[in-house]
Amino acid sequence: MSLTANDVTQIAHLARLGIDKQDIDSYTKDLSGILDLMTQMSELNTDNVDPMAHPMDQVQRLRVDTISEQNNREKFMSIAPQAEAGLYLVPKVIE
Amino acid sequence: MHTKSLTELAHGLRSGDFSSVELTQHFLNRIKKHQDLNAYITVTEEIAIQNAMAADARLTRGQVEPLTGIPIAQKDIFCTLDIKTSCGSKMLDNFIAPYNATVVEKFNQAGAVHLGKLNMDEFAMGSSNETSYYGAVKNPWNINTVPGGSSGGSGAAVSARLAACATGTDTGGSIRQPAAHCGITGLKPTYGRVSRYGMIAYASSLDQGGPMARSAEDAAILLQTMAGFDPKDSTSVDLSVPNYSEGLNNSLAGLRIGLPKEFFSNDLNSDMAAKLETAINEYRKLGAEVKEVSMPNLRLAIPAYYVIAPAECSANLSRFDGVRFGYRCENPVDLSDLYTRSRGEGFGKEVKRRILMGTYALSTGYYDAYYVKAQKIRRLISDDFKNALTEVDVIMGPVTPTPAFGIGEKIADPIEMYLSDIYTIAINLAGLPALSIPAGFINDLPVGLQIIGNYFTEDRLLNIAHQYQQVTDWHQHTPKGFE
Amino acid sequence: MEWETIIGLEIHTQLATQSKIFSGASTAYGAEPNTQACAVDLGLPGVLPVLNEEAVRLAVIFGMAIEANIAPYSVFARKNYFYPDLPKGYQISQMDHPIVGVGHLDIEVDGETKRIGITRAHLEEDAGKSLHESFHGLTGIDLNRAGTPLLEIVSEPDMRSAKEAVAYMRKLHELVRYLGICDGNMQEGSFRCDANVSVRPKGQKEFGTRAEIKNINSFKFVEKAINHEIERQIELIENGGKVVQETRLYDSVKDETRSMRSKEEANDYRYFPDPDLLPVLIDEAFKSQIKANLPELPQAKKLRFKTDYQLDEESATILTTSRPLADYFEATLKTATSEPKLCANWITGDLSAALNKAGLEITDSPISYERLAGLLARISDNTISGKIAKQVFEELWQSTATADEIIAEKGLKQITDTGAIESIIDKIIADNQGQVEQYRSGKDKVFAFFVGQVMKEMKGKANPAEVNKLLKAKLQG
Repeated sequence: MSLTANDVTQIAHLARLGIDKQDIDSYTKDLSGILDLMTQMSELNTDNVDPMAHPMDQVQRLRVDTISEQNNREKFMSIAPQAEAGLYLVPKVIE
Repeated sequence: MHTKSLTELAHGLRSGDFSSVELTQHFLNRIKKHQDLNAYITVTEEIAIQNAMAADARLTRGQVEPLTGIPIAQKDIFCTLDIKTSCGSKMLDNFIAPYNATVVEKFNQAGAVHLGKLNMDEFAMGSSNETSYYGAVKNPWNINTVPGGSSGGSGAAVSARLAACATGTDTGGSIRQPAAHCGITGLKPTYGRVSRYGMIAYASSLDQGGPMARSAEDAAILLQTMAGFDPKDSTSVDLSVPNYSEGLNNSLAGLRIGLPKEFFSNDLNSDMAAKLETAINEYRKLGAEVKEVSMPNLRLAIPAYYVIAPAECSANLSRFDGVRFGYRCENPVDLSDLYTRSRGEGFGKEVKRRILMGTYALSTGYYDAYYVKAQKIRRLISDDFKNALTEVDVIMGPVTPTPAFGIGEKIADPIEMYLSDIYTIAINLAGLPALSIPAGFINDLPVGLQIIGNYFTEDRLLNIAHQYQQVTDWHQHTPKGFE
Repeated sequence: MEWETIIGLEIHTQLATQSKIFSGASTAYGAEPNTQACAVDLGLPGVLPVLNEEAVRLAVIFGMAIEANIAPYSVFARKNYFYPDLPKGYQISQMDHPIVGVGHLDIEVDGETKRIGITRAHLEEDAGKSLHESFHGLTGIDLNRAGTPLLEIVSEPDMRSAKEAVAYMRKLHELVRYLGICDGNMQEGSFRCDANVSVRPKGQKEFGTRAEIKNINSFKFVEKAINHEIERQIELIENGGKVVQETRLYDSVKDETRSMRSKEEANDYRYFPDPDLLPVLIDEAFKSQIKANLPELPQAKKLRFKTDYQLDEESATILTTSRPLADYFEATLKTATSEPKLCANWITGDLSAALNKAGLEITDSPISYERLAGLLARISDNTISGKIAKQVFEELWQSTATADEIIAEKGLKQITDTGAIESIIDKIIADNQGQVEQYRSGKDKVFAFFVGQVMKEMKGKANPAEVNKLLKAKLQG
């Protein structure tokens, strides 16, 4: 299975991942190679197999509904690239 | 002092042979002297001395735990309060973590000394430590070879005695492979044994933190502090933690060892096969029975892993968007530009490759063919192990196909790099515990023996490793120039 | 051409928990920006979610109330997309295995009952808020709301008019408040609605292409937005155009919907099970514990009110739409030992009217159920007449006195003393001989005149039954 440069550009857009134009071909080649590796999986019939999402068949534990976290805004905001008046700032969002 | 075991160090501290400050200073000096290895991303000298002084005070009060006053280092994947936590990435080069990982918290409570943060493959994606934004780590056994990855800094630091011991994390072999390449003991615990809270996620259903140390005896002490239930981690298992040091000297008589024929096929390098054969013979001498087992689906572990891990990582790494922390590109013109450039500039090539791969595997039209298929194969592989482990107590095999390869040798070919994980990744898919112990040398480079056990049998694995280390001295070898 | 409208609603209800769905931060509304966004809500590197039990419990309560299947096994999935108010770059939601399966809700429109199917209801986390007022041309992000538990309730495309959609939305709003699982505050965004609207020529089987109208947060706007959208679509098609599947935003100021730029491109959400969370198992024990504590549901309560209290359909319906109202009714009844019908009439009548006029909820009623019960007791034991009771009710509303105190103070006690009534009757018969003649010659209607005169003379305090009886006897001579 092989991908085209256009496929890679689209996937990169879905992942909001900037890729230099000159690198697209090498990503395309790498990803196609990896996909070839993946296709080995189709050799095996897995019709009656349950997909396994977790290593052990464990069940979700539930947390008691209490407030355990206090305001820590200053600390969190101190590592923000851009913040003002208690808000994180980003380029204008147009709805 | 740096050649002593953790038990010896603890004894030295308690009996006043040396103080924690002296011990810490000694390690700090060594770190400085050997900075060419590039094992550390951050050395927290001041904090280390403060920790050591506090530990000395604690030692005089007699409030001692096995790690009190012992200088250790953390893989830079664990969040450390007010200390840079980079995960080996430009993306987090400016990230001062505002909280401690549960594992770090546990070490702090135990009174361990925090030497610094260890180099690693970017976001733990790599098998050579060459994907780090901070440059490749050199293998102390031969500085032209890689230390393995992703916990390459941990492997090199412990091997070169730049820390008494270290933490690592293992998603597809990232503890065991560098342990093998660096000639140390590394244990990947059962999934859920060690809290993942504060450990920056690569692939959540595979990641597990564990100890990297000079011996099984040391690893037992380290794991004792790391292991345990954490209510902050939904995947943490609420099961009591046994005393890992207690059973180290148990006899191995009657131990049933399984050798998967798929591990010992003709593909296995003959030198490696010979080393493993010698090691397994030692176990025979210790009273173990050895038999062949078969795990037919192992061959599909690599494709399954390289779907599942990238899929999970593609979502796990979406939070790095330049909004709340981490790298932000200069002067974004709009929102899309902010995302695309911050992520494009902040992530390295291997990380991008895996994000792209994972995004593709989850996208409409491919989800069933890749992701669901891989999850099904995961089940079959896990069942293979379950079946084998009804016949035998542990499974043994190689950790790596070859000893450490050269820096630059495989980095250009991602697939070849992925194939070097062939013996380790299936264990993560199943969630089983496994360790790597030094089992000899090929061309003056250490090789590892992998021992895989059933769920939550870390104590037994450590016992089995320790017994071997009582009759061999591979683990006591020190690379030249680091004695 | 005649057109038929197809509407399905997706309603997001914020569940009334103390803390967030996956973290221990407070869900309280109105805090300073980002003061209730903890490490988990911010999606800091390394943090992990742990599920809030109360959110699960509230979702199960809802499922039981709409007679849906509660999934014994449900799974959280990641819905991947980039948006600044979504800190992790994915929303933890449910896809293939929602916690609540197929259920239904009955609505009444124009006196007819219609059953609206509910496809599913699933748990998810709310996003933060983007504040568009300008910060040097930038947008500010407040993540306090991020991680607030939401139950997204998805209806079948069963509604055929904006009116039905509003009726459904109102009914659901009443239900979640009745159950106490959501405060229903629409201004604060606790109850939000997206509408999927399409039109098709009457008689056509296939659905038309639908547009999704986002975030319409009042009943009034839902009706207007949907009607506007229907018009837009019909006009578009009749002019030879085509409806595009898209997300539109309702502008209440301009009363129109417009395409949302941010949602322009088709999204590929790449749902997959969240590896940080394990499957949620809901066993019989968990369910039966909830069932045991489940409030009586409106439908069951209505039925009980009709059989136990002999109430008519209308009173029973009104009294059971709100739990506090039903509770008020039953509390009053218990205290008053009065006729249920009388009690219901007073609550759905005078009391409701007064509350409505004052813009108050039953929980804020100036007349406590004890004080209303006091009034009803005096009506039942004939101390006062219905007419006087209205006067007492006014006093109850204005003051804090009891009915008995008001009756005593104002001398409103009904006169049941036969002697006193008789002397008044004698006087009136003597003064109105002409009318007496009329009555005696068969003009029964004149009887009312006499009753009126007696009551007037006695300032309404005479017992009407007694007056009737005595008058009849005296007039017949």
